[in-house]
Amino acid sequence: MNESLLRDLVPAVIGILVRRGADFASAEDAVQEALIRALGSWPDDPPRDPKGWLVTVAWNRFLDAVRAEASRRTRELAVAAELPPDPAPATDDTLQLYFLCAHPTLPQDSAVALTLRAVGGLTTRQIAAAYLVPEATMAQRISRAKRRLAGLPLDQPGDLSTVLRVLYLVFNEGYSGDIDLATEAIRLTRQLAALADEPEIAGLLALMLLHHARRASRTDSGGRLVPLAEQDRSLWDTRSIAEGVAILQAALARDRLGEYQAQAAIAALHADAPSTSETDWAQIVEWYDELLRLTGSPVVRLNRAVAVGEANGPQAGLAALAATDPGLPRYAAASAYLHERAGDLERAAELYAEASHAATSVPERDHLTREAARVRHLLRP
Amino acid sequence: MKYLILKHYRGGPAKAVDYPPADQWKPEEWDAHIQYMRDFVTRLQETGEFVDEQALAPGGAFVRYDGEGRPPVTDGPFAETKDLIAGWCVIDVESWDRAVQLAGELSAAPGPGGAPLREWLEVRPFYGVSAPIVG
Repeated sequence: MNESLLRDLVPAVIGILVRRGADFASAEDAVQEALIRALGSWPDDPPRDPKGWLVTVAWNRFLDAVRAEASRRTRELAVAAELPPDPAPATDDTLQLYFLCAHPTLPQDSAVALTLRAVGGLTTRQIAAAYLVPEATMAQRISRAKRRLAGLPLDQPGDLSTVLRVLYLVFNEGYSGDIDLATEAIRLTRQLAALADEPEIAGLLALMLLHHARRASRTDSGGRLVPLAEQDRSLWDTRSIAEGVAILQAALARDRLGEYQAQAAIAALHADAPSTSETDWAQIVEWYDELLRLTGSPVVRLNRAVAVGEANGPQAGLAALAATDPGLPRYAAASAYLHERAGDLERAAELYAEASHAATSVPERDHLTREAARVRHLLRP
Repeated sequence: MKYLILKHYRGGPAKAVDYPPADQWKPEEWDAHIQYMRDFVTRLQETGEFVDEQALAPGGAFVRYDGEGRPPVTDGPFAETKDLIAGWCVIDVESWDRAVQLAGELSAAPGPGGAPLREWLEVRPFYGVSAPIVG
């Protein structure tokens, strides 16, 4: 059984149940139960019409839930009486689900979880494993999110920027457990790009493909982080890069620049270079200027300073760094790098050690500790 | 039986070996240390004794309630003299002796010159979930 094929069907089936009169929260629950049954029974007994099977099982599950509810309240509900004919398939259903699940009123972690379940067709157990929380916690997060959405119609125009943000967060989670969230984010963004013709969706898809292409080179066999300059570029996935670049070029040609396209442009310039020294850093700085204009983000300003250091020399980089916020998580790491390039090894070693204490993940901490050790060793071999 | 192995940034009995902070080791010594920790966890996973491990960043603060309508009081960052937890590993093993043996192995992680760090680790038994059946 191809599990991703099954997952592809989930949003459409939810859409059908909603069109038949189910509310979103109940429809989503019913489809989740049908999905779990499918995962159990399809490997031995695959249905001839997978979508029809899911609709039938989910609809019956929904009716059971409605009847149970009705008998509890000792009154009949009209919806249980007849089975309405299937409405014409609406391709918009899935798009509307993206908007609803990433609704701006939802906290980000709830939006992520709900999107993965209702749009991504993942089970609560898989999502919980991927985010390293107990299944009951994840189930609760999802039902609370759905309660918040209660009464919202499914056919309202949504906010694309929150949808893209959710997909970006899923992508950045990488993978733990049996679900590869980066791959899942790419699948969902690719599906979204097919549903809505927007340059920023294409930009995000290109960005993901270009980043994902470098994944194999980003850690070594011992699980250690490998910085860009030391990555084995022969490990980069050239097909993924080519696809990302083509998608990006088509998006940029439409002349409606946004932050994801600008980030993808920077990733494309890295992907295109045979080495760090042969990278077009001047153009990367120009893209950071665009990105800064679009977002005003302090993190972008920090990354820009590092790029300026590569383009115009470490002193210029340090000057650009002086205009950034020293409170940023990676400020000390950027400063350490620029000081090392400028030849001030003593200061660089101190800053790497300081950066290691401010690291936000264990691999990053281990890497920065090692950088401090490396630079100190250069000083006193 | 579940045990918590606690690693401290600071605190505990006097150090058996007085080693410098890791950023002053040789890079290969640091690599060997990381690899040892990784292998330790892999071994525990293979023997079916591993439950969980987490590392804690050195930041944070003490926090307490300060009365109705008032924000909680915080006391931090932690003073240099304060005992500071760096992380933990939860194991599920047959006996206290096995827990001690494993903590001893973890404490042998190599430091400068490849010599064991002999770092003190705190080993604490969990309370069981239910009262034992007696009689």
